Amino acid sequence: MPLLEDGRLRPDDWTHVEDEAPLPEGPAIVSLARLRAEAASLAGRNAPLGVALPPETQPEEIAPFLDRLALIAVKMPKSKDGRAFTQIRALREHHGFAGEIRAAGHILPDQYAMLLRCGVTTVEVPEGTKPETWARSRDTIRIAYQAAQGADRPLSLLRRKLELA
Amino acid sequence: MNALTPPQYARTYRYDEIDREFLQERIAEFRGQVERRLAGELTEDEFKPLRLMNGLYLQLHAYMLRVAIPYGLLNSAQLRQLGKIARRWDRGFGHFTTRQNIQFNWTKLEDVPAMLEALAEVDMHAIQTSGNCIRNTTTDEYAGASPDEVVDPRVYAEILRQWSTLHPEFTWLPRKFKIAITGAPHDRVAAQVHDVGVLAKRNERGEVGFEVHAGGGLGRTPIIARKLRDWVPEAEFLAYMEAVLRVYNALGQRDNIYKARIKILVRDLGDEFTQMVEREYERMPRDKYRLDPEIVAAIAAHFAPPPFAALDDQPLPEDPEFRQWAEASVRAHKKPGYASVTISLKPIGGIPGDASAEQMEAVADLAERHSFGEIRVTHVQNLVLPHVRQEDLHALWQGLRAAGLATPNIGLISDIIACPGMDYCALATARSIPIAQRISERFASLDRQHDIGECFINISGCINACGHHHVAHIGILGVDKRGEEVYQITLGGSATNDAAIGELIGPAFSYDAVVDAVETLITTYIAHRAAGERFIDTYRRIGVMPFKDALYAPA
Amino acid sequence: MSTKAKARPATAPVVFTANRLRDGRVVWFGAEGTWRDRIDGTTPFAPAAAEEGLALAQQGERDQQVVGVYAVEVDPAGPTPLKFRERLRVQGPSVAAEAA
Repeated sequence: MPLLEDGRLRPDDWTHVEDEAPLPEGPAIVSLARLRAEAASLAGRNAPLGVALPPETQPEEIAPFLDRLALIAVKMPKSKDGRAFTQIRALREHHGFAGEIRAAGHILPDQYAMLLRCGVTTVEVPEGTKPETWARSRDTIRIAYQAAQGADRPLSLLRRKLELA
Repeated sequence: MNALTPPQYARTYRYDEIDREFLQERIAEFRGQVERRLAGELTEDEFKPLRLMNGLYLQLHAYMLRVAIPYGLLNSAQLRQLGKIARRWDRGFGHFTTRQNIQFNWTKLEDVPAMLEALAEVDMHAIQTSGNCIRNTTTDEYAGASPDEVVDPRVYAEILRQWSTLHPEFTWLPRKFKIAITGAPHDRVAAQVHDVGVLAKRNERGEVGFEVHAGGGLGRTPIIARKLRDWVPEAEFLAYMEAVLRVYNALGQRDNIYKARIKILVRDLGDEFTQMVEREYERMPRDKYRLDPEIVAAIAAHFAPPPFAALDDQPLPEDPEFRQWAEASVRAHKKPGYASVTISLKPIGGIPGDASAEQMEAVADLAERHSFGEIRVTHVQNLVLPHVRQEDLHALWQGLRAAGLATPNIGLISDIIACPGMDYCALATARSIPIAQRISERFASLDRQHDIGECFINISGCINACGHHHVAHIGILGVDKRGEEVYQITLGGSATNDAAIGELIGPAFSYDAVVDAVETLITTYIAHRAAGERFIDTYRRIGVMPFKDALYAPA
Repeated sequence: MSTKAKARPATAPVVFTANRLRDGRVVWFGAEGTWRDRIDGTTPFAPAAAEEGLALAQQGERDQQVVGVYAVEVDPAGPTPLKFRERLRVQGPSVAAEAA
């Protein structure tokens, strides 16, 4: 699946690994169950490790593993299901997670700017998607009225200029 | 003066170039979304939440655009522009709602970007008037005018409006989220039946803080809110609201639309919900979310008192018809010599909450002449001129009468809340408006209405309860029974400090019989009332049985 | 969106209704195979042909022509919807002030 970062498509080095499948050489994203079951052996690998965080799981539950993780993939089962926004913000704000946060699932370009403001790094987008639609959506609204995680510059009152591009 | 320029002293939040830039960006975004929809790049399933977040519904006959009236405050230029929009893009009417907003029932999708441009000319929009996001915050229609006010709620309602606008984390919530805030000890905003109800108050040192309730609501599961905290300091207000919303967004139900409101989560978790909010509040980086007193002061400046004259209270002229209107419509003001006036949008036999373009313009003119150009929308679907000189009341009354807006029935039995019902709404299971019209016609005699006294009738056309029937003295709920409209009656609800959910009295009544049933309830009350008792007082004293016996007695 | 269309099998003749995407106006679809502004004169589908009719009507959604297609059971005279709700949809609001 194509991967979007900074409003452009880029190659994806990561592989989603099924629970029963052997681990590949390179960067691998495993399920939460596998992360828990095989924490010790996974830590011994030489390649970067990521986990798929289910929407119903609170980020606290993976806190013990965070220093070994280079990527966390959150999922939006439907575009209307916004739990990922809170997970992403909590990972950045409460847990200081500095690795890649990737959003996957059914996501609309119209949600891109808000995902960035919560702290997302990359978005898995459908085949054939037009990256310029995402970039335009991100850049359309450049004023915000509240504190968040993405880059911005204070204006006056509660307002700030977004610097997402 | 340009017609779009608000009068100097109208105290609405005044946009500056940053707010206007934001509004233009938001219109551009929506225009792009409409283009993508028409081009087939967005499916209806994908477009629907996007259009709803901009107030655009698809109803029984057409699209409906709901325009935000932030916490019910309008200046005369804005109201005049709403009249212009009604004439140009609707059929010459607008419909004021219980959330202090206005709806246009005959909107075309392809016209919406132009309508949004027209709204932006007077610093208005339709942002977050629907969708699973934080909706328009409602507040006291007498804010800044009421003698019992402790804290001006408009300041914090505006702060909430700004903070919640396109909030990156809380725009895709499990369900809609409604906040009400009051700054007076007498609750006029029904705080306890909102997702979050806020009571602004002061401590012994005069500092502002907030009592926060959560998890109230009406709909199919009416619940009175749970108090989370007695005191949140002003500086921590937004931090605490963030904490409440975070817990809700993470844990609110997503798989069942009927259990997705915060009230279900709060009910199911009980005290654990409060504890979770507290834990989140304790651990969040509070500096980041601190509400700077300078920001509060800057926003409060928008709501500084207008230049009131030093006046004395005046006796009212001896005109019986005027006196009857004044008794129903005029309310005490904190400044001597002034009064607040409620304008009834409930003419006998009319559609509750409807105003014609001409009436909007007439009210705008009268507001400029008599109330510093300020108008409020009430949650009972009326309008208020907050600051009227007592010496002008008679002239104002004459002006209202000329516009068909002087029905002296505020707080009386024909001052009915009604949702649009099946005549307009795609969700409704029965009509509401014609029931309201027929009750109003049955009790058309104003002398009789004044004799009956305060009595609130609210009508909903389906179980979603947009007509707030649960909290009415007499609540009417229309449902579908094998293809026929029937109406259930509840008694004893209240939306004020003594908030209560009405009790279902018995089997439903047919469309034809429901007005007779209301009349039977009223004659029963008249027969039993003690001196000075309102309908609700008599009901509370004698209980439901006498009413039940009268309604269901064998003929 | 099409949940209403998946309702129980039709027991009476049906026509389909939807809102036109561009302006939201109510439109009707019968065996003629085109969306019309008025229900009068549309030819209902027999109950057995309702599913087939639905598929034809839903093509209008895929073509960005209409939104929210669903079946309406009718009395073929007129035709006239059997349910009050859809009769209101034909006639417009029953309240006077905003009548077209």
